[in-house]
Amino acid sequence: MTSKSATSLQTPLLEVRNLQTGFKIDKQYYNAVEGVSFTVDRKQIVGIVGESGCGKSVMSLSIMHLLPKGIGKVRGGEILFEGTDIVGYNEKKMNNIRGKDISMIFQEPMTSLNPVFTIGYQISEVLLNHQDITKNEARAKAVTLLKNVGIPRADQIVDEYPHQLSGGMRQRVMIAMAIACQPKLLIADEPTTALDVTVQAQILDLLKNIQEVNDMSIMLITHDLGVVAEICDVVLVMYAGKIVERATVEDLFENPQHPYTQLLMQAIPKMEEEKERLATIEGLVPSVKDMPEVGCRFANRCPKAMPECMQITPRLEDTKGGHEVACLLYEESWPREERVGAR
Amino acid sequence: MTTKELTDRKNTKKERENLLEVKNLKTYYPIHGGFFKRVVGNVKAVDDISFTIKKGETMGLVGESGCGKSTTGRTILRLIKPTGGQIIFDGEDITKISGSRLRKARQDFQMVFQDPYASLNPMQMVGDIISEPIKNFERRDKKELEEFVKSLLVRVGLPEAAYYKYAHEFSGGQRQRIGIARALALNPKLIIADEPVSALDVSVQSQVLNLLKDLQEEFDLTYLFIAHDLSVVKHMSDTIGVMYLGNLVEVASNKDLYSEPLHPYTQALISAIPEPDPKLRKERIVLQGDVPSPANPPTGCPFHTRCPMAQEICSQEKPPLKEVRPGHHVACVLY
Repeated sequence: MTSKSATSLQTPLLEVRNLQTGFKIDKQYYNAVEGVSFTVDRKQIVGIVGESGCGKSVMSLSIMHLLPKGIGKVRGGEILFEGTDIVGYNEKKMNNIRGKDISMIFQEPMTSLNPVFTIGYQISEVLLNHQDITKNEARAKAVTLLKNVGIPRADQIVDEYPHQLSGGMRQRVMIAMAIACQPKLLIADEPTTALDVTVQAQILDLLKNIQEVNDMSIMLITHDLGVVAEICDVVLVMYAGKIVERATVEDLFENPQHPYTQLLMQAIPKMEEEKERLATIEGLVPSVKDMPEVGCRFANRCPKAMPECMQITPRLEDTKGGHEVACLLYEESWPREERVGAR
Repeated sequence: MTTKELTDRKNTKKERENLLEVKNLKTYYPIHGGFFKRVVGNVKAVDDISFTIKKGETMGLVGESGCGKSTTGRTILRLIKPTGGQIIFDGEDITKISGSRLRKARQDFQMVFQDPYASLNPMQMVGDIISEPIKNFERRDKKELEEFVKSLLVRVGLPEAAYYKYAHEFSGGQRQRIGIARALALNPKLIIADEPVSALDVSVQSQVLNLLKDLQEEFDLTYLFIAHDLSVVKHMSDTIGVMYLGNLVEVASNKDLYSEPLHPYTQALISAIPEPDPKLRKERIVLQGDVPSPANPPTGCPFHTRCPMAQEICSQEKPPLKEVRPGHHVACVLY
């Protein structure tokens, strides 16, 4: 092993530092992702949970440089992939990374596959772009990939079109395409949301298998806490563009600390419980345009809110053994001046 | 509520009569083909299902996409013409009625739709959306009607001022509340809720589910609750019917269905739900393949192509739905 790869094993695969992504509305930028920092280690499955509009998809699009041009923009922070900052990369450099080192699968497999090309053509395209192989070799490889993701009759399906396949099959094709070049990181944005539960179970099993076989890391974006509990190692909970809690999956479900996480868990009906009423979170997420400048962004909906919550912006702090929470309730031990200074 | 009151409530429910009886209901969609666009086949969306709902109870219908649960709901409302069978609502056979009689009967059953964006007219004021069903059936003083609609809005958790606003000014959860207010406007006996929360975030979903439960108690409503999410259906329903490819494969009380699922499909369905608890990471029953096309369903038991316990007889004979334990019906040769 060369010394270069030895050092690269120590740096985390992906490190996002203080990321700020904004969208232009009426000639002014508003941040949809506000100062998010996290790491994805090698062979780790990191789950990012949050409700619609919390910025989880925007974050993944920022990493992939897929934000809508002229509207969305990374306005600050760093995205370090294997130690190099890729925020400033141009299209050409990004094309070398996308599909090869980082790939992405999306929620709606029908709209992300091209309806006028065959499955085989679309998978070969990725291979031909990144590897020095002939068309025939690419096609043969496409068949193997389809077999690997559990598609029956792979040698026939390779010549079929996306509309001839069911939703679950299409998502398998998307996964085959995404892992064609054995990427180090797979970003899966709600990969099972459009699928039925029995098919969802198949796809989650498949993702986990591929992750183990290929030694890949996965960044799984979802709104479903059940899916997170099923396959993730580490979980980030996002609310209104910020991370409010970060913990290992066992810690998070055993001992959720942020009031938002707690309510979110109590709001889901569970199979093994008999409950007359479910917990609710009153009110709505503030829109990006009138996000409070200071204070906790959840304060206006939080049942445990204190007057200070409106004035002090909580920081993501380690409470115990790697369980991080951004909530003033857990900063009690701080001297008061420092709490105010934390703004 | 104390335990005694709860059991009392359960007991009174037992004595209650059937509000809706569905007998051997069939809904087929014709497939047209060939030169003269003749009917060349049928999509058997609902293929011979029977169930009853008692007054004041909730029946849940659960199944994957394409299993016919929405078609069942729409057929009961007579939005789609049934191909065969009977729908008996409150003692009256509504399968074949039409014209003014159907219009009158429809006062008693209303629907809440899945997509709160598509089911509200963007050109109408919320007040008009809700008063329209009332204007259809009775003449009321304008002032009085406005007061009534405003009270409905307040009841579903919206401000009175919502009366003068348009649908786009509301969030998904609030729109669903408007949809619920519209369904309540005629004081119906039965509400068919077709995936009422699947477009909503979890925190909003729980608000709407709680509201539906409260309204049921207050107005003595009966629900047919259709959803693909088994944990939501279980939370809402007294009885649950599991559908697969247009057939009811199992009907049981919500407790029995979860603690003792009998049909292999129900077992797989329950096992496939990801539980929000990492300690429960279990060996799942992962079904192979996809749901077959309802235009060309397998012979015999509709599930035999994916069933881990399929035997030879399963491909030849379709097992009828029969009661194997008190109140627990299942359609499978194993029982």
